[in-house]
Parts: sequence; C-alpha cells; structure tokens
Amino acid sequence: MNAEKTKGYRGEALETLEKFAIGVWDDVILKTMHGEFRGIILPRSEFDDSTHLVLKLSTGYNVGIDIKKIIEATVLGSKEAHYKIPEKEFPVSPDKPYVKLLGTGGTIASRLDYRTGAVIPAFSPGELYGAVPELADICNLSTEKLFGVFSENMGPHEYKTLAKAIGHEIENGIDGIVIGHGTDTMHHTASILSFMVQNSPVPIVMVGSQRSSDRPSSDAALNLIHATTAASTSDIAEVMVCMFGPTSDEYGLLHRGTRVRKMHSSYRSTFRTIGDIPLATVTREGVVPLRHDYNPRRNDRSVQIIPTFDERVTMVYYYPNMHPDIIDAIVEKGYKGIVIAGTGLGHVNKPIYPAIERATAAGVAIYMTVQTLWGFVHMFVYDTGRDLMAKGIIPSENMLPEVAYVKLAWALGQTDDLDKVRELMLTPICGEITQREPHDGYLVFQGGMPEMAEFMKTVHK
Amino acid sequence: MSDSDNPANVYEVTQASVGYVPREQATQALYEALGFRCGLEVHQQLKTDKKLFCRCPAGIYQTGDNFDAQLVRHMRPTLSELGEYDGTALMEFKTRKNITYRLKGETACTYDIDDTPPFAMNRDALAIATEVALLLGAQIVGELHITRKQYLDGSIPTGFQRTAIVGIHGEIPLPHKTVRVLQLSIEEDSCREVSDKGHERVYSTDRLGMPLIETVTYPDLLTPDEAAQAAQHIRFINRSTGKMNTGIGAGREDVNVSIEGGTRIEIKGVQRIRWIPELTHNEAFRQKALLDIRAELHTRTPDATQWTLQSQELDPSTYTRDLFQGDIPEALHAINLPGFAGILSFFTNPGRCFADEISDRIKVVACIEKPNMLHSEEAVLHVDWTAVRNVLSCGDDDAQILIWGPQADIPTAIETVEERCQMAFEGVPNETRKALADGTTIFERVLPGPDRMYPDTDSAPIPIDDARVEAIRAQLPPSISHCLSQLRAWEIPQDCWPFILKRNLFGLLKQLIDEQGLSPVRAGTLIGHTLRRISGDQPGDCSWIPRLARELRSRDLSMDLLKILLPAAFASQESNFEALLKETGYVRVSAPQLQAQIPFLKSQFIRRPRRQTNAAMRNWIMGQLREQALGNVSLADLSAMIDEGVTQ
Repeated sequence: MNAEKTKGYRGEALETLEKFAIGVWDDVILKTMHGEFRGIILPRSEFDDSTHLVLKLSTGYNVGIDIKKIIEATVLGSKEAHYKIPEKEFPVSPDKPYVKLLGTGGTIASRLDYRTGAVIPAFSPGELYGAVPELADICNLSTEKLFGVFSENMGPHEYKTLAKAIGHEIENGIDGIVIGHGTDTMHHTASILSFMVQNSPVPIVMVGSQRSSDRPSSDAALNLIHATTAASTSDIAEVMVCMFGPTSDEYGLLHRGTRVRKMHSSYRSTFRTIGDIPLATVTREGVVPLRHDYNPRRNDRSVQIIPTFDERVTMVYYYPNMHPDIIDAIVEKGYKGIVIAGTGLGHVNKPIYPAIERATAAGVAIYMTVQTLWGFVHMFVYDTGRDLMAKGIIPSENMLPEVAYVKLAWALGQTDDLDKVRELMLTPICGEITQREPHDGYLVFQGGMPEMAEFMKTVHK
Repeated sequence: MSDSDNPANVYEVTQASVGYVPREQATQALYEALGFRCGLEVHQQLKTDKKLFCRCPAGIYQTGDNFDAQLVRHMRPTLSELGEYDGTALMEFKTRKNITYRLKGETACTYDIDDTPPFAMNRDALAIATEVALLLGAQIVGELHITRKQYLDGSIPTGFQRTAIVGIHGEIPLPHKTVRVLQLSIEEDSCREVSDKGHERVYSTDRLGMPLIETVTYPDLLTPDEAAQAAQHIRFINRSTGKMNTGIGAGREDVNVSIEGGTRIEIKGVQRIRWIPELTHNEAFRQKALLDIRAELHTRTPDATQWTLQSQELDPSTYTRDLFQGDIPEALHAINLPGFAGILSFFTNPGRCFADEISDRIKVVACIEKPNMLHSEEAVLHVDWTAVRNVLSCGDDDAQILIWGPQADIPTAIETVEERCQMAFEGVPNETRKALADGTTIFERVLPGPDRMYPDTDSAPIPIDDARVEAIRAQLPPSISHCLSQLRAWEIPQDCWPFILKRNLFGLLKQLIDEQGLSPVRAGTLIGHTLRRISGDQPGDCSWIPRLARELRSRDLSMDLLKILLPAAFASQESNFEALLKETGYVRVSAPQLQAQIPFLKSQFIRRPRRQTNAAMRNWIMGQLREQALGNVSLADLSAMIDEGVTQ
C-alpha cells in the first residue's frame, strides 16, 4: 500500500490497514466487537501509539478505534482533505508604502500537520491576504520565504541570510520590513539583527504569534496588522519586536531588539522590554512613540550589513555549587568566548576562580551579565566582583545575557583581537547597554495589592 | 393575495391557512401530517472538584458585576480540518463584536482566558462521562480525541470548545419506544453572557471550563410531548449517578426540530424541560409558515435568482422620535422588497410574523438594537408609506421597510435584509434559535456544521483502558427502566416518580422499603409527596430519613410518625430524636387508652347537632383520635377499634 494511504500508521495499526485493505481518507464502516463505527480514516500523528485508528465521524468529531477490536471493514468512498487558505491576489495601490515580509517559519500563518499533530506554517501574500484582508488597507505587501524553521532551529546561517536579505531589500527601496518568526527565540534573532544590520533607514519589525492562526482567538492577525502598520508608517528605523502589549486585543508594543525578552511560556503579552521602556505602542490607527531617542526613518539607502557570527561562544548560567570543570570543559572544547549569567550584581563562587584564570590565560573572552535580568553588573561593590575582574572577567553593564551572547559571537566573528572585541562589546550600538536606567524600567507588579486590584479591574491587561 | 389591501387581516388569515392550532388542540395525526421530527442535545454539568482542563475550583459563581479584571478579544474565522470555512464563523465575523471577558481570580486562571495551554483532562469527569455512556448502552471509544468545536460568538475565549466523544450508539428506552442515542461527549462549559448590546458583548468566566456531558439523540421524537419525555428520561439517567450538578443552568437542552420539507433548526438553551413541547410545537408551525411563504413567493417571482431589493437613503432628521421609538438615528434607509406584499405580516409564530425574522437578523448580524425597522404592513401612524413608495417607485405587489441605525452598520443591515428575503425563496434557513419563555424563538445564528471541528493540537489522544471501563460498569446504578418498572410494580403513585428519579432518591426509597420495612406506597408517598413538599423540590442529603425510621423502629413506634416528624427534621436537621419527637407534640398512648375514650366520645357525638348515622359518628371519632393515635396505633387498627366501639 502506498505511504500516503497509511500516513502516520505503523506496527499493528499499519498491519490492520493492510489486512482490511483500507487507508487514509477512506470513508469506511468498521464493524468492531463493540458495534459499528462509520467515518473517514484520518492520518495519525507519528507520536501516537500504534494500536488505534483515527476516524472522523460525520458530526466532525474524531475518535480512536482499538484496532484489535475491528472485525470487518467496508469502504464506501473517500474524501481527502484539501487544506488551503483561500488565496486571493494581493491588491496593489501605488499610494501605499511597500512592505516586504520575510518568512522564517513560526505560527504567524499555519496549518495542521498530520505527521506530528501540531501546526506547520503556511505563507504567501495571497494566503495572508485571504486570511487577513485588512493588510491591503495598510501597505503593498510582498513576501519571501527564506526558510521554514521553528524558531528554536534558527542559527548563525539563518541570521546571516536574514541580515543579507534585509540589506538587499533596503537597497531595492523598500519602505519597511516585517520578519515573521517563531516567538521562542525571537529576541535572540532581534538582538543579532540589531548588530548585523546597522543604521537602517527603515523599520525592521519582527512579529510572531503566541496562539496559532488556526484558532479563532489567535493573536496572529492583529500582530501582523500591527507589524505591517509599524513597518509602513513608523518613524522608528530600528530592529524591533512587535507583539501584544496586554493580553487583550488592544494594542501592540514595539520593543527595541536588544532590550526585549520572552518572559512567559504562553501568554500573548509575553514580550517585555527589560530595564527600559518600550519604543512605542501600535494600533490599527498607527504608531505612537513612547520616547524620542530612536534612530529615525531616512530616505537614503546607506545601511551597513555586518553578517558575522563565531559559533565558538557559549553561555553559562551560574548556580551555587557549580564546579570549575564545567568552565575547563568549555575551554578544552575550544570555545573562544563565554558569557556568564551570574548571581546578584554579577558573581560566581570561589571554587570557580582557578578555572576562570585558566580560561583567560587560554585567551578565552569572558563576559559577566546578571541572571536577575534587570539591573547593571556592578563588580566593584563586593570583593568577589573585584577578584573576578582581576581574573579577567569583563562586566557587560546591563546587557541581557542572551544579547551579550549573540554580541560576543558577532564580535568574535569579526576579530580575534580581544581588545577589539572588548571595544565592540562595551560600545553601545542600539540600546543593548544604556547609560542610565529609568525609574519605570523595572515594573513587575505584584497581584493582590489593593492598588493593583483597582488597576486590573479598570484597565484591560 | 386579496387580503394584502388589509394588512391587519393577513396575520390571522395566514395563521389559519398554515393550519396553526394551539398545542392543547394538536393531535398526533397533526404532527404526523407535518412530518414533525425532533432530536435532543442534553447538556449536564458534572459535579467535580475542579474544572475540566485546568485546576480552578468548579461550581463557584459570581454575579456579572463582581469581577477582578477584564480583557477584550475579537474572533476570526479559521479553516476546518478538511479545509473549509464554517458558515457560522463567517457570520459572526461579519458582526464585528468587541468581546469583553470578566474574570474573578478565584474562579478563572490563565487557561480560561486562553493564555495557557490545557492541562490533562480531569479524570473524575471522564469517569462520570463513561458511567453515563454505559448507562445509555453506548459503545465506548477506544481512544478519546479532544476536538475543538468553533464558537465565534465569543462564548469561549479560545474561540472553540474542547470536546471529545466518549461513546456512540446508545439508546433510551421510553415505555412505548426506544430512542436512539447518536453520541455522548464530554466538553467544557462556556461563559455566561452578562450583556449583548450593539457591538459590545460581555461574558463572565466563572462557568467557563466546567465539565459537561452532552447526550445527543437521533431525531426519533415524533411529537412535542415525546421530546419532553425523552429529555426527562435522559435527566433521570444523568441524575441516577449522583454525580451531577443541579440548579439553574446545570442542565440545559438544545432541541433540534424539523418538519417535512423544512430544515433542522436548533433551539438553544432550553433551561426547563417543560418548555420543550411549546417550543417545538411553535417551531414546527414556523417552518410550515416559511414553506407556505416560499410557495407564494415562487408564484410571484418564478426566477428567484433575479430577485434583488432596492434601497434609498432618507434624511432621518425629517422624521420624529416617535417613528424610531427612541433617538433620531444616524442613518435611515427605505427598502423596497419586490413581490413581498402580504409576506411581511405573514404569520410565523404566535404574535410574530415574517418581518420579525428580518428584524431579528438585523439585530444579531448588523448589531443594531431593536426597534430597528418598520414595515408597510403594520399599523403605524408616523410614516407616510405613499411617500416612501414614491421614492422607491414600487409596484403594487411590493412591500417596503424602513431600517435605521448607526451609519457604519447600515450596509451590513441592508445585506442582511436581502439575504433573509432571498432565503425565503428557499424555505427554512439553517439557524440556531434562542428559546424564549413564551414558547417562541428568535434567531441566534447560522447553524454550524461539521466544518467547525478541528483536532486539538494542544492535547494528545487519551486511550480508554478496557479494565477501567469494566470497573465503572461493575458499579453502575440501576437503570432508569428498571427503576420505572419497579415503581410500577410497587404501585407507587405516578406523580411521585419524577421527584424520586430527578433527585436520585430511588436508593433511599429502596432502603426504606427493604431495610426499614415501610410499605412501598408509604415510602413512595413519604418521598414523592411529603419530602417534595417540605423541601421545595430541593431535598439535599437525605441520609437522615432512614436514621429517623430506624429510631422509630427501635422504640417500637409506628411508622405513621415518620410523616409528622419529617418537616421538623428537615427544617432543623435535628439529630436528637427525643427533641424532635417532643417538638411534634407526640405523647405515648396505648391502644387500650385510646379504646377507653370511645364511649365518652360517642356520648359527645350524640349531643351534637349532626346527622346521627353510624358512619358520621365513626368519622367524627376518628378525627378526634387520629392525632393521638399517630405513632401509637396504626390508622387501620384505630379504624377497626372505632368500628367495634360504634357498633357496640
């Protein structure tokens, strides 16, 4: 039997299909020890067991049938699913800005994958227009699918490809760029692009969704509307992440690519600017900046693309009881850079010291960040910090650990000269290190407080 | 139509031509002639500690204005698993509703607002659902597949309800026929609506996520009464497990009705079984009326595909508030419906006509609150219809309506009017309708189809273990059919049955008969009459009743006392038997002591100005001694004693 007819079935279930000469999409009556079931045989997820067969009943429900109980099967016909978002040609109006959507994967548009039972991305201007017709009121959209990977599979190759593609689009005169990206590592990509693409004359807006677009309550459509609005009209020409501000369908926030972090595993409003305030809010009506110290939109095309990335860089999340052999092992394996997420103001325990000395002696660049995420590394406050600096660890101000990681890889990709690397690392390029921390850059409210209860009740969050 | 000159008569004339009769006058033959068919979808909340897919406590409710936070969502249609859009989804999208969810910290978590994926399904709920599926004689599926059923009305923040089939092909044995059960599913309950006005709909999330079962029958019910009877039977089955929530909204029926040539119409949210007959009766005639309208329209406009309406914008400020029965609206449009004269006032339901079908849809689809229109066949003082006809250049066979509302909603409203009128050429449109207490219904939304089902990609299939099913089967309560035949055999009055079964008191009844030695009729009426009366239909935990009987027996007191003790015992929940006994004024009196009073009472009776017959004397003495005798001598013995005394 051909593989399409048995998609996802294996072992006993596969044997059963073959025995009764039935297959996927067949409309069948299955006589079982417990009575008859009629429905269409669906493909099975390869992660599910091999003892059940999935049937879609006429009511639209799916049920699993224990294959051992099937006595007889009769095929009545077949109905194959053709999952296709209605595709319509994207209308062009010369008075609207031209926006390019670069696809990397993720769930901004997706469909069901029978192989895994999860959702896989679907993507084309026509499909997007079919699903989100509002886009045509915002811009002239064209798309290019650079790769189709889940965000956890984004890596140096993808970063470089993306940076070059952005440079190419800018040279060709685009008014704004939107990058569809899975949310898990969106902030890693946002920060590396902030370093690889410098002095952009147009907005570069990264967007994704926390609820896949196969559900009616998905945030995908509104995020895409917000992102294209920002790319079309925003005066902020930086790499930004555009995702929900509150969980409500109200407004999006534009976060600076180097200060943003995914902070909740499932919330819609998962992206937060850390240690600063976001750049702007965005609604269907447009972008409202929250600050003015941004890189403004320009008409020239002089963008600088620096697509470098040294993969021999790692990050260590320090914990009490960490043994020095962890650091030794990293050095032995030939890594050239280590970013440590230290405790408090940027500390690790004494037993590690010798390993750090050995690492710096071996020419490994070591940078300190804080696992508190908010706040600066301050290594002069305690002796521990001074000792560590003496041993060669370089404090990286208030760079977020992931940002310091990609920046170090980017810097080491350009030079092996550790002094030059140090200069690159500590010279702020786009807000990854700020001169000062605003009083409202650290806002983590605690529920239960009367003033918060009042706030939650009156404001949609 | 000759009566079109006198629109006031059209409603009555068409009510007669449709053949409408009030339900009390309807016969089985009438329903047969209509081709009446009805199926049920009975929803019942399960009594569990926690909700179905999260760990929130179950069954705690707040009032709509008691909330800690609010959030706003919009719903968009998505494709089904087989790659199609669902009609309901598209309609709901057209309505552009802002949906506000109110949540209270103690009853809703981030799962409820769709910011956290589902946790594993509540296994207690699944066990209860399996139990009911077995009671229905259904085949249990080998593997549970959680499916998303789309609801774009916003009643669930995800936009879909997680639901799964537990069993298929069961049956409900009514005394005179067997009704087939299509399936039993387990699902999460939806939000409760707080308000729905214009484009703003507000929901409360307390009920959201409560475990529910849904029993779906085939359309085997052929009269309205049969439908109610089947609903009652399903309720008895559910309640017989003792694991159901009770109270307002814990059990709800959706009722599907069709007639020959009509369409399956789903009447949603029927909160009381006794509403079913009137609702289904009226729906059958609504469908008959719509079929008659179709026939009439086809004689006037043979090619329905050519039919369109004409509309003309008017200046609302030239009209008075009286016309709009409210503020002057932003926009006012006159619409001509060619060939619709006499149709708008055509009877559809008691007190309702075809024009209401249009107005209901304008409210739901275009979100324009009522009153949102007037038509040329109703008696209105404030409209010069001749002027309207002139503006629209109408023919004699045409009908006109005026619609008004916010400017932004008018295009959808006109589209909706056109759509509904075009549907009139096809007969009965696919709809779900909302049940009203007066037995009529109003349009709720387009009837969704199987296209709104989508596998839940957030959860893996759950294999159903045979051993677990068999363990549940071994513990099943007696079947309702068994209970009914036993009640009949025990000769317990029929008016006691619903209370006993609905409140799951068959076990108590059996205990009183088998263990406490009460006669079946005494035990049956004690529960079905006395307990029902004193408890206001809410008996609660009744384990104190057998205890009371045991106390009586251990003191060798008559069971007649039980009936007297019951109100005091229920009211006080008093466990001190002596105190209860005292409260009822009971005094211990022996049979000889009672007997000794008879001669004195006889002498008293003879002095009274009454008919001096033996029977009258007997009854009077019985009345005098009855209270004293209770609990001491059985009434039968007392009666014999008095007979003897009177004739002496």
